[in-house]
Amino acid sequence: MEKKSSLRSVFLNGIIAENPTFRLVLGTCPTMAVTTSAINGVGMGLAATFVLIGSNVVISLLRNFIPDKVRIPSFIVVICTFVTIVQMLMQAFVAELYASLGMFIPLIVVNCIILARAEAFASKNGVGRSAVDGMGMGLGFTLAITVMGAIRELIGNGTVFGLSVFGAAYQPMLLLILPAGGFIVYGLLLALINVVTARAKKKKEVEAND
Amino acid sequence: MTEFWSEAAKVLLFMVSCVLTNNFIFSRFLGCCPFLGVSNRVETAFGMGMAVTFVMALASLFTYIVYTWVLVPLNLSYLSTISFILIIASLVQVVEMFLKKSAPALYGALGIYLPLITTNCAVLGVCILNIGGPTTVAGMTIEYNLIYSVLNGVFGALGFLLAIVLMAGVRERLETADIPAPLRGFPSSLIIAGLMSIAFMGFKGLV
Repeated sequence: MEKKSSLRSVFLNGIIAENPTFRLVLGTCPTMAVTTSAINGVGMGLAATFVLIGSNVVISLLRNFIPDKVRIPSFIVVICTFVTIVQMLMQAFVAELYASLGMFIPLIVVNCIILARAEAFASKNGVGRSAVDGMGMGLGFTLAITVMGAIRELIGNGTVFGLSVFGAAYQPMLLLILPAGGFIVYGLLLALINVVTARAKKKKEVEAND
Repeated sequence: MTEFWSEAAKVLLFMVSCVLTNNFIFSRFLGCCPFLGVSNRVETAFGMGMAVTFVMALASLFTYIVYTWVLVPLNLSYLSTISFILIIASLVQVVEMFLKKSAPALYGALGIYLPLITTNCAVLGVCILNIGGPTTVAGMTIEYNLIYSVLNGVFGALGFLLAIVLMAGVRERLETADIPAPLRGFPSSLIIAGLMSIAFMGFKGLV
């Protein structure tokens, strides 16, 4: 059996090595749909992080009780419970943000990242490690969609987090706020990350050869 | 009589808007995972689209009934998400058993993607849209009743079918093309989807 990785590496795994948005390409719908502004990205990311931590903890606690055959429906019910909690909390305290995220909050239920972590990690690991994994994955997702939201907001509206960057003279490139911009920005970001990782890999190989 | 025709025109416009202007993929971002994942071959894309159409039609029918006549009278509307996902999961199970018995060839071709329809956000998305209040098409307000909900499911899914088949057609052609290494796979698919989305924006004037 392989040696268990440290908590720190479990945490960083979700943010860098297996970033759900940029490396695993999971949960693409909210990634493109809500990233019309940076603040939407933060809100969506934190809501998903809360659900991810909660469901990872509960599923990890129940992992020895859930029969293998009905595990997927059971996972979905657990995830759904946390999504309903988030929905109620957001309606009560951040109604404006909730309205701008719209139907994508209840749709966290079918976000593949959460089910994938339940299946691949929480159902095989202890409570503490699962919570850390949920936190890492959630923050990785938050970071990724906030960056994407900031880019789209900057070019498509000339602002970041609602603050004007280029001044009033800037002619916003509206396309980036429109759905088409979501696809294109995401595609280009993935390509950029491919270039960076390929470079890093090459550099490592050269160093190893020396 | 004129009332009938104006209602019929409204229904027709609603159907066109579901497929073209409010396309699930290109303007609502629902169902992107299968759209990117199962669009390698036109045949499998078509099979996936048909299976999703079937599930979405039934899901919008059943969830609307359950929401309007069970959850709302009992003041349990906060349970909508959880009950919808359970309805969808059982529907997918039924479709799976049905296809296994009656169309084993299609069942084999769809393989793993069939159970994954449960987590297709287009299916849950259409159910949430149906209970989410009225929509406007060509200046006319449309209140989602039972008929419009089912139409929304069927024609929304046909829009999904159109999108995924078009995408598969493009990707089949690109298979032998010499794409720069960093753009291979997901990045090029996403950029193609973006260009197709721009093309679909052209339909905006239609409705």
